[in-house]
Amino acid sequence: MADTTSPRASSSVTRTPTSLTQGSTTKGGIGESTLRPDGILKVTGEFAYSSDLWHEDMLWGYTLRSTVAHAEIRSIDTSEALATSGVYAVLTYDDLPTEVKNYGLEIQDTPVLAHGKVRHHGEPVALVAADHPETARRAAAKIRIEYADLPVVTDEASATAPDAILVHEGRDDHHSGHVPHPNIVHRQPIVRGDADAAAARADVVVRGEYVFGMQDQAFLGPESGLAVPGEDGGVDLYVATQWLHSDLRQIAPVLGLPEKKVRMTLSGVGGAFGGREDLSMQIHACLLALRTGKPVKIVYNRFESFFGHVHRHPAKLWYEHGATRDGKLTHVKCRIVLDGGAYASASPAVVGNAASLSIGPYVVEDVAIEALALYTNNPPCGAMRGFGAVQACFAYEAQMDKVAAELGLDPVEFRQRNAMEQGTVMPTGQPVDSPAPVAELLRRVKSRPLPPERQWEVAGGAADVRALPGGLSNTTHGEGVVRGVGYAVGIKNVGFSEGFDDYSTARVRMEVINGEAVATVHTAMAEVGQGGVTVHAQIARTELGVTQVTIHPADTQVGSAGSTSASRQTYMTGGAVRNTCEAVREKVLEIGRRKFGTYHPAWATAELLLEGGKVVTDGGEALAGIAEVLEDEAVDLELEFRHRPTQAFDLRTGQGNGHVQYSFAAHRAVVEVDTELGLVKVVELACAQDVGKALNPLSVVGQIQGGTTQGLGVAVMEEIVVDPVTAKVRNPSFTDYLIPTILDTPTIPVDVLELADEHAPYGLRGIGEAPTLSSTPAVLAAIRNATGLELNKTPIRPEHLTGS
Amino acid sequence: MRVTFTVNGAPQEADDVWEGESLLYVLRERMGLPGSKNACEQGECGSCTVRLDGVPVCSCLVAAGQVQGREVVTVEGLAGEGGELSTVQQAFVDAGAVQCGFCTPGLLVAADELLERNPEPSDGDIREALSGNLCRCTGYEKILDAVRLAAARTEEAV
Repeated sequence: MADTTSPRASSSVTRTPTSLTQGSTTKGGIGESTLRPDGILKVTGEFAYSSDLWHEDMLWGYTLRSTVAHAEIRSIDTSEALATSGVYAVLTYDDLPTEVKNYGLEIQDTPVLAHGKVRHHGEPVALVAADHPETARRAAAKIRIEYADLPVVTDEASATAPDAILVHEGRDDHHSGHVPHPNIVHRQPIVRGDADAAAARADVVVRGEYVFGMQDQAFLGPESGLAVPGEDGGVDLYVATQWLHSDLRQIAPVLGLPEKKVRMTLSGVGGAFGGREDLSMQIHACLLALRTGKPVKIVYNRFESFFGHVHRHPAKLWYEHGATRDGKLTHVKCRIVLDGGAYASASPAVVGNAASLSIGPYVVEDVAIEALALYTNNPPCGAMRGFGAVQACFAYEAQMDKVAAELGLDPVEFRQRNAMEQGTVMPTGQPVDSPAPVAELLRRVKSRPLPPERQWEVAGGAADVRALPGGLSNTTHGEGVVRGVGYAVGIKNVGFSEGFDDYSTARVRMEVINGEAVATVHTAMAEVGQGGVTVHAQIARTELGVTQVTIHPADTQVGSAGSTSASRQTYMTGGAVRNTCEAVREKVLEIGRRKFGTYHPAWATAELLLEGGKVVTDGGEALAGIAEVLEDEAVDLELEFRHRPTQAFDLRTGQGNGHVQYSFAAHRAVVEVDTELGLVKVVELACAQDVGKALNPLSVVGQIQGGTTQGLGVAVMEEIVVDPVTAKVRNPSFTDYLIPTILDTPTIPVDVLELADEHAPYGLRGIGEAPTLSSTPAVLAAIRNATGLELNKTPIRPEHLTGS
Repeated sequence: MRVTFTVNGAPQEADDVWEGESLLYVLRERMGLPGSKNACEQGECGSCTVRLDGVPVCSCLVAAGQVQGREVVTVEGLAGEGGELSTVQQAFVDAGAVQCGFCTPGLLVAADELLERNPEPSDGDIREALSGNLCRCTGYEKILDAVRLAAARTEEAV
């Protein structure tokens, strides 16, 4: 089971709970906060992340990237690099082995190595393999590239100008036929009702323009992995990713290998948040390994990581909301322009999300919506937690506050009057057919007692500066500090949408080892930190009545699990594990009936379960031990699981039952602002979320707090700054791209609702993304409440608050 | 060059070390101790935190040659000789403070040092002591829980 080629590569993760099985229930099942099976390995330092892999005689790969955003490549001279002692290979576009030289999630527009031109700062141009990482870096510095600069397009005006240079000439992808300009990746309008007619009924109309900055996933484990050439001409690739089979589909054709000769195993993944949906070093390491015949490891440093993955789309958003005097929304018009950067990545799907979720969790009959993503020469943007819904939520929640203020209504009360509920029809025409407790979530965060004022005051009249804006910088002892409170709520889809045939696969084996029935769960699910491995073991215990469950390493020897994204894995691969476990259970019961059916009538008449290591009736009577039933037989099944089918959105009207499930969270933010220096301290960020069913409550709360903090980050500090003239990234480091520290992060009380979705496994709702949506606008609303400023941009910086 | 120093109580030696190599690189790539992590390699994230003669440092910012003859403790040195988890390690597991786990080794070393010099830290003390360690998954709440839990368990055991 454990791989043998790399001594530190992932081995099977097994957890044996200390609690014994008693009575008719199985301990460690769903609904309990069981502990992570990989927790001990992670606290001892033994857990093998993709950057920890090591192989005898391995080489280090290095990627040379473009220093300019848009240029023709006139020439590349690798001779001096190749002549460097310790260098084994230098590869450029000309060395690619097949006619397949591009890859991409939806559109194959991304060159494995640049050919003829580069389209963004940091695009891979050449690869080096050497016996030491520094040797590789120094050799790469000797590669001479002659660039001839091209003009850059960086925003909607420059990208769609009549004479705009095309980022991709000769497009023939499945969106190129319907977009109004070749520098628009995809455009999705949604029209429902008559927004113009409805606007005539409005007593107040509020318009706003909003700007959302480029956020980075900033997962801590850098892009990395190890490619080991195989004796059969294939390659074994150990890597951190979000979807093994999607990687495989893109890698194999470039290498000219059948998929079965590219054997992928998931290594330890240090976070993902969308940033590992696209390929990074996968193909590069395989190319170098196949060329040199040696194992090749590539590990990005943080500087390179900022260029090594896509980011969250920055956006400009225009909104018009109308409402009647009694506080009911009449209509919403909006236009959302997302900057997709130089390559498509997940832009088309992000557009679909932004459009379909653009008005938020509210009842609005009359809407006119347009969302689009641009091709520009800025860094490519794609998936990040919240996926198009984050940018919209920031804008529509700001609008809701403005309309409430115009009407003289409490902002929570106004939201509750317009809150959607089960049965509400989305702008796409899709009815919401499971609980949508939007008003209740708002009620819960609002009814929570506010944190005490002036918490920085300590005995003796001194101030604990750690609790003040500016913190340990010791910038204020309370002078000029004002408090504000703000609210927001959001709606996120769960799962892959717009007609995608989304499925997951689980293989489950049940057998007797040392007299005890045990289960092994094998999926290709990427565990990126979310705790899917914990939940899979819980599901197996619940369904199969065993105590010991082994989680097999994720690899491509089993069918696809789909992506660890879109809040979908507990629903989809959790659902697949349950589905296969149910089939395994039926096989076990068949064996039991065959062996013992004649001894007790309940084998034929009662509903039978597997609990506590036994076959029991639904009345709790034990019929036989599972170990007695199975003896030396094993039951081993691999099955696929699908959610309800969805539909594409009509390209003209946006109508269609496009989404699988919806997820809702609300936040209340309490901030204190040093109005003199423009510094913000978030004091508390309370969240209420409906999770359908908490399979592991501890992990659920951890997801909500983590998502909340990423939303806080983009509210007050996080932004990749791209030079508007050169399109070069100005701050690719943790020195200049700030993410929240423990001192920046407030207490995050969490209120979990469990209103079952009858369509989903166990009634669960995907939870990972929703808290990232409403966190940001709640913080912004609180800062507006404290300062009285309009603040239509994120992140908020000191100069936005001091006006200088 | 050759570098000799003590890691987790045992003498270690590395040969052919390039002068530009960091302590982090030597630990991870030459001594088979990849527990200290490489999240930024620029001294901003704390994932590579080790104790150098007792003091927490970012091992990515320490040149390997500077460590000659000195004592280093890494995350691999926190558990007992029989492999039993230290109080802080167990508390991180129990409190749900571990998600992806990439920040965990550095946080454990920093938290261990905090509790050694301040067995009953306030929340403000915990936040200050861990403010050099970035975590992207948890929102830090469970990390605070874990340090509080470790402090409480240590006090009970006294």
